[in-house]
Amino acid sequence: MSDETKKDAEEIAAAAASSDKADPPSDPSEAKAAADQESPDPAAKPAPKPAGSVAPKSAGSVAPKPAGSVAPKRASVPPTSRPSVAPTTGFKPLISSRYTVPDVHKIEVAERHGAYKIARRALMAMTPEKIREEVKAASIRGRGGAGFPAGIKWGFLNPGPDEQVYLVVNGDESEPGTFKDRTILNIDPHRLIEGILITCYAIGAHRCWVYIRGELQHSIKQLDAALAEARAKGYVGARPFGKPHEIEIFTHTGAGAYICGEETALLNSLEGRRGEPRLKPPFPAIKGAFDMPTIVNNVETIAAVPDILEMGGESWNKLSRLSPQDGGTRLYGISGHVKKPGVYEAPVGISMRDLIDEYGGGMLHDDRPLKAVIPGGSSTPVLRPDWKVDAPKEDHPLHKWHGMSEIDVPMGVDTYRALGTMLGTCCAIVMDSSVNMVEATRNLMRFYKHESCGQCTPCREGSGWLVDTLQQIVSGKGSVQDVETLAEIANNMMGNTICAFADGTAMPLLGMVQKFREEFVEAATKGTPLDVRHDSSTVDLFEGAA
Amino acid sequence: MAFSLTPEREKEVDDLLTRYPTTRAALIPILWVCQRQHGWVSPDVIQWVADRLELTTAQVKGVVTFYTMFHQEPVGENVIWVCRTLSCDLRGGKALQEHLEERLGCHAGQTSSDGKFTLLKAECLAACGQAPMVQINDDYYENLTVEAIDAILDRHASGEAAE
Repeated sequence: MSDETKKDAEEIAAAAASSDKADPPSDPSEAKAAADQESPDPAAKPAPKPAGSVAPKSAGSVAPKPAGSVAPKRASVPPTSRPSVAPTTGFKPLISSRYTVPDVHKIEVAERHGAYKIARRALMAMTPEKIREEVKAASIRGRGGAGFPAGIKWGFLNPGPDEQVYLVVNGDESEPGTFKDRTILNIDPHRLIEGILITCYAIGAHRCWVYIRGELQHSIKQLDAALAEARAKGYVGARPFGKPHEIEIFTHTGAGAYICGEETALLNSLEGRRGEPRLKPPFPAIKGAFDMPTIVNNVETIAAVPDILEMGGESWNKLSRLSPQDGGTRLYGISGHVKKPGVYEAPVGISMRDLIDEYGGGMLHDDRPLKAVIPGGSSTPVLRPDWKVDAPKEDHPLHKWHGMSEIDVPMGVDTYRALGTMLGTCCAIVMDSSVNMVEATRNLMRFYKHESCGQCTPCREGSGWLVDTLQQIVSGKGSVQDVETLAEIANNMMGNTICAFADGTAMPLLGMVQKFREEFVEAATKGTPLDVRHDSSTVDLFEGAA
Repeated sequence: MAFSLTPEREKEVDDLLTRYPTTRAALIPILWVCQRQHGWVSPDVIQWVADRLELTTAQVKGVVTFYTMFHQEPVGENVIWVCRTLSCDLRGGKALQEHLEERLGCHAGQTSSDGKFTLLKAECLAACGQAPMVQINDDYYENLTVEAIDAILDRHASGEAAE
């Protein structure tokens, strides 16, 4: 960011937050003291450390600077909701450990705080096999939503003698509710580059493209600048750290298409085509970018690799409460009706209740209780705090939580699957009692209709029909039969398309209809008042004429 | 008049072409370079890109129409994308859009009569924890209120924020 832009940002922030004068503590010890004062009970559990509670910095943003140094100046949130910066006892952040260091996107600052130490050691003193073993032992489940173990994915590679292996890093973060990868790209891009260097070496790749969605221009600039610094130092190029294993890394800019987060659509987009998913098999590890064997991993997955090697795969795995199947720590995002929305690092396997109450600071309005939470990006079926886990049989994976609320189950890839939802990207959208669930559903279905790539008929038409049927329901012209129609359309979309987009549309719809059926039936009989509808400003243009 | 790039931007194109094993792979980044210069992707731009990369205009247009960020018609001096997906809507995205429509005197999808602002609705821009938010040109503006967005728009309207 140029100094001028930064100045702009500060001025705007000052103007926007003129009522928010109390300056936040400027160093961690002061912050700790402030947090202690705020806590009425000295024995109270310290508040979790906000990793990037701390919004990712963007040029000209009225939003906060990176964590710790300066707390956010929020324009729309009362001062009491400012994140505290008290360290959690017994938990040391890893992937977000440098988020609080000012200017850590600059290589000299990053190196002073340990960047590239592990990559240097890995390339000089470890064999690729050994690195792959460590990552496998870590059991890091892919952070992009599908939750596939990265170490096993790498094992699918089996390049022929004439084939080049490519690494593609997926930074097309577009799933509604998800905003974690952006914090890595904006605040600590050298961590990602270090992870890429190690991964390229481990899988025998010489070229890596980082695909970043076109909207994130600031993130692209940050990573490009960091890459230029790393290139100048010789870390990226012909002989990284003196090792004769050439590694070239490029950013590739998308141009606005949610579906490009799907790995094969991303590969098509990388090759200069429409972002339409490919049929699998062949999987990218066999035939991916430019028809070569390719590993596609999420930004957060790759950025975690240095920590895995530093600690050793097994020790890193054990940080998780769901070890050994689902290892390590991860970035949790939380948005919607909480006091402190943001990105927080925590061990894998905290509960949704912990995430909302301890990390998110509790519900935004004390008089509006939690009604529903979408756990891992909009494609994951909703959870209701008043629904209980039903697992009376002892061999059920969730038996330990039988009779407890859905939001008390540990957040893990396998536990959430057993619960009938998905962990996805681990970024929750919290909704309080004021939310009309039919409208929330309609908002998301409008998203899917807009983003369907149009390749497969069930998805292209089905996503449109879902919106039309919901529109019929809220306009008061529907009938109870329309609620059945919604489920029928969704059931016909699932499993009938090339990629998982249709399932990602149908599953949350079915979850909403199942868990909030009474609201859908009520809307179908009475309609939804205009002022409750999210598109009231334009809806009269259409309905007025009807 | 036929479209052509400035010499500096031509150099950018040359650099982009070294990044991939195929020339076609540079298509989307090159379209970005052209849109930065020209403001939108006109039929002339499509023709130029097709010639440069030895593709058909249909291949280029197929890509242009797939991605929402390529403008297929001229836009105002500043483009505002207002996020209307769920997380932003829970925190006031609707009020923000309505305020912008009132202030600019145009609906989402249109350009204000002075040509300074084009208002567009966006789907999730990956800033859910800082909702509500808008993107103006390349920059994100987060945790917005009606007052905050007014101050930001004033600066853009006067051209102050352009540099």
